[in-house]
Amino acid sequence: MKHLQLPKSLKVRVGLAGLGIFILLTIIGPWIAPYDPNYTGFAQNASPSWNHLLGTTIQGQDVLSQLLIGCRSTMVVSFIAGFLATIISIVIGVASGYVGGKADEGLSVLSNVFLAIPGLPLLIVLNSYLPAGQQTNPLVIGSVIALTGWAWGARVLRAQTLSLRDRDFVEAARIIGEKRVRIMFGEIGPNLLPILTSSLLFTILYAVGVYTTLAFLGLTNVSTWNWGTMLYWAQSNNAGLAGEWWWVGPPGIMIALIGTSLALINFGIDEFINPRLRAGGVSAKIRRASGAPRRPRLGLTPVLHKSTEAGSR
Amino acid sequence: MSQVETGKTLLEAKALSRHFIVKGDGGFFSKRKSIAAVEGADVALRAGKILAVVGESGSGKSVLARLLSRIVSPTSGELVLNGETVDLKTQRDLAYASQVQLVLQDPFAAMNPVRRVGHSLERPLLIHGVPEDEISARAHEILESVSLTPPQQFLDRYPHELSGGQLQRINIARALAVKPKVLLADEPISMLDVSVRLGILNLLRSLCDDKNLAIMYITHDIASARYIADEVVVMYAGQMVERSNDTSLINSPQHPYTQLLIASVPDPTKLGAEVVKAPSGGAAAFNLNGCRFSPRCSQALAMCATNEPPMVEVAPGQHAKCWLHASDAQRASVTISNKSKNEMESKNV
Ligand SMILES: Nc1ncnc2c1ncn2[C@@H]1O[C@H](COP(=O)(O)OP(=O)(O)OP(=O)(O)O)[C@@H](O)[C@H]1O
Ligand SMILES: [Mg+2]
Repeated sequence: MKHLQLPKSLKVRVGLAGLGIFILLTIIGPWIAPYDPNYTGFAQNASPSWNHLLGTTIQGQDVLSQLLIGCRSTMVVSFIAGFLATIISIVIGVASGYVGGKADEGLSVLSNVFLAIPGLPLLIVLNSYLPAGQQTNPLVIGSVIALTGWAWGARVLRAQTLSLRDRDFVEAARIIGEKRVRIMFGEIGPNLLPILTSSLLFTILYAVGVYTTLAFLGLTNVSTWNWGTMLYWAQSNNAGLAGEWWWVGPPGIMIALIGTSLALINFGIDEFINPRLRAGGVSAKIRRASGAPRRPRLGLTPVLHKSTEAGSR
Repeated sequence: MSQVETGKTLLEAKALSRHFIVKGDGGFFSKRKSIAAVEGADVALRAGKILAVVGESGSGKSVLARLLSRIVSPTSGELVLNGETVDLKTQRDLAYASQVQLVLQDPFAAMNPVRRVGHSLERPLLIHGVPEDEISARAHEILESVSLTPPQQFLDRYPHELSGGQLQRINIARALAVKPKVLLADEPISMLDVSVRLGILNLLRSLCDDKNLAIMYITHDIASARYIADEVVVMYAGQMVERSNDTSLINSPQHPYTQLLIASVPDPTKLGAEVVKAPSGGAAAFNLNGCRFSPRCSQALAMCATNEPPMVEVAPGQHAKCWLHASDAQRASVTISNKSKNEMESKNV
């Protein structure tokens, strides 16, 4: 899109850079991993050194290699889950908000039910029904996680669609003869973009957490490497108690970092997408100095007088 | 484009009504009740003429405009477009949209905040089958017709980068994009700064004269109606209470409501004179059996509360829906029918 420019906010830039690094690791991780993560012939329980930057495990495996290779599985599953869940929440949330009536009631009940069901236990049950071979298939695991994670997004999107549906510009589109589907995607859709993106980011984050938890509990195939299985092996070998921080720490830090990146992007997503906030010259600083709301919301135009009044107060 | 002759009736509404079913007071057990937002509306929009519809807030002006544009479907009544009765059971189609267009009240809300102005102008052209290679030229042309130049500068902007007056011009331009014959303008100046109001009114007037458009101009400001209109209709509580086929209604109002409305307009030449309070009162003040205005009318007769007044000619070309102006014969017929009703009731007892 030609009108997307680099966001001004430092937070967003840092967040995007962080996410970029993770995506890069996802792609090149297995190539830059120094050793075979399953090879057990190194010195056991060695703390970080030049040969093993993150030390070795109790079985004598290289931690850095496990971390780099595990990145792909974690990220791929989480992104699949995030996108699938967002697609489900768009279909259910937007349809329910736009169509209204009986359909809305039915779909709302459905999303409320999914919202009320505790996600993790449901996942554990669903997961245990998967054929053994399918437990390593990222698409299958991603779908299962998506199934438990779409409801929140659907509710938010429904509420927003509901409030947009009766806005004058939607009626104006109907007046010129625009079709329902076009109104939904061409007029209402672009207004949902900030919320949609934010919902996507949070769902990805949710999926990272859930997938890691499942793996940590040993409920996925523990012989595939991801950050959850690393923690599973560390835990079952009492790495924490033995003070082997180089084994327990890195997977946890990676999860925290990806979470931070996604959250930072979310901070400025409005500014990135909403043309009103992208407006030339009105930076966050000026907005704050003039006393306008710091994070203007959809539908509220902050009116700024940069020249005189702002300073004289 | 074949020019229609001035004065020809393009769109006509006959006894158009719309009732809304609403929940009483919002409580769980509250009864549903029906609000007659528009009742028995007769309007004729003529080529090259501006009809002003005047009324206070809640009198049903917007609903009337939506009924005429078929965005809202009527409960009963008839629409006649170009002499042909419109089939109101079918969905509003593109052909109707291309003839009758509506400009909404709030120019800021009527534009999609995340879409460029160009999008809002090109969509109607695309929908209504303008070839792709002519779209840009047509969009420029329309913007020029509402005096927004240079056009390209506006096409690339977002709505929040424009002023209210400019946005309202773009709203009008969007409605004109499909070359309609009838333009319904729902309070086009009420949300605008006083300084740009006259510009919009003059624009409507010149569009009406140049393109021979039939325009319905909705307002609660009787002074602007006097400025722009050829014909005037006054609405109260969903009904048309007075009409004139020129602006004589404003100079010599006959219906007590119109008199009150005009008296409440501040008159700079009569400073210090007693201020007449602007008429107010929601649906609660409506009398549904007789004259709807009777509870607030200082000249109400006994019969006003129980019998709906007829539309009476009060001057050549001017009609008022009021018993005060009815002939003795008309009043007598009601008294008789009331009497016979009473007799029937007493017999039943
Ligand atoms: N969709 C709806 N559902 C229920 N009632 C409605 C609806 N639309 C309008 N009404 C009612 O119809 C009546 C007339 O409303 P309308 O918007 O036409 O008034 P108006 O004359 O345009 O007022 P204003 O000058 O404030 O715009 C009001 O009492 C309103 O509450
Ligand atoms: Mg209105």
